[in-house]
Amino acid sequence: MQPNGCIIQCMDDDAVFKALADPHRRQLLDRLFDRNGQTLGELCHGLEISRQAVAKHLALLEAANLLSCQWQGREKLHYLNPVPINQIAERWIGKFDQHRLRALSALKQALEGDPHG
Amino acid sequence: MASASTFVYVTFIRTTPQKLWQALTTPEFSRQYWFGVSTVSSWETGAPWALKFDDGRVPDSGIVTESDPPRRLALTWRHELVAEEGYTRCVFDLEPDGDSVKLTITHTSELEHSKVIQHISKGWPRIISNLKSLLETGTVLFAERIQTCS
Repeated sequence: MQPNGCIIQCMDDDAVFKALADPHRRQLLDRLFDRNGQTLGELCHGLEISRQAVAKHLALLEAANLLSCQWQGREKLHYLNPVPINQIAERWIGKFDQHRLRALSALKQALEGDPHG
Repeated sequence: MASASTFVYVTFIRTTPQKLWQALTTPEFSRQYWFGVSTVSSWETGAPWALKFDDGRVPDSGIVTESDPPRRLALTWRHELVAEEGYTRCVFDLEPDGDSVKLTITHTSELEHSKVIQHISKGWPRIISNLKSLLETGTVLFAERIQTCS
């Protein structure tokens, strides 16, 4: 193990947790999960916050590497990048019995009818 | 060209582009983080490539459409479980970023609801996490694929 690497990893994790700590940013990620590769305009549609606020949230998500952007002509498309979330999940949750955790999460989802469990 | 299903995966790995290229293209290296499958090809533009299990089964295969070591590798990609969908396109971009390499994997299908992309989107994040861990610490997070209920 590299101690220096661990510190850098912690800083990466901090950015991801900070990015996920805001309900609007989670909502933006959920919208990209439903349909990947949207423009800023599409992501603003139906949201109660300003276009500038959405752009700021997207920049923070991109800095945490939760979003990846690609240009298609003059359009900037946003893609959900689940790799950092997977790393966090594997660091803690993967150590435990994942089958039972999945069963618990399915039970909670079925009982509460929450699509994002 | 508008593509119907695209996934873009990005990770930063503290390594060199040469080592990362080697990890992607060497059978002995790839099987350590790719749940036991090896990436096999001469990796020249136009050459066939395949993922192979030790028992000889080939779950995925295609053609190398662009090979520019250690910067860019582009493949056509067919998943045998949904061979009827034909070929998808997968591009690996390696860019130096400080003491790290930014690895971007873009996997695209022309179909709007591609089953290949669905299959692959479950696998890529775990494979990439394993690859990052192997290159940075010398060990993988998971040696075996976790069986999903689906």
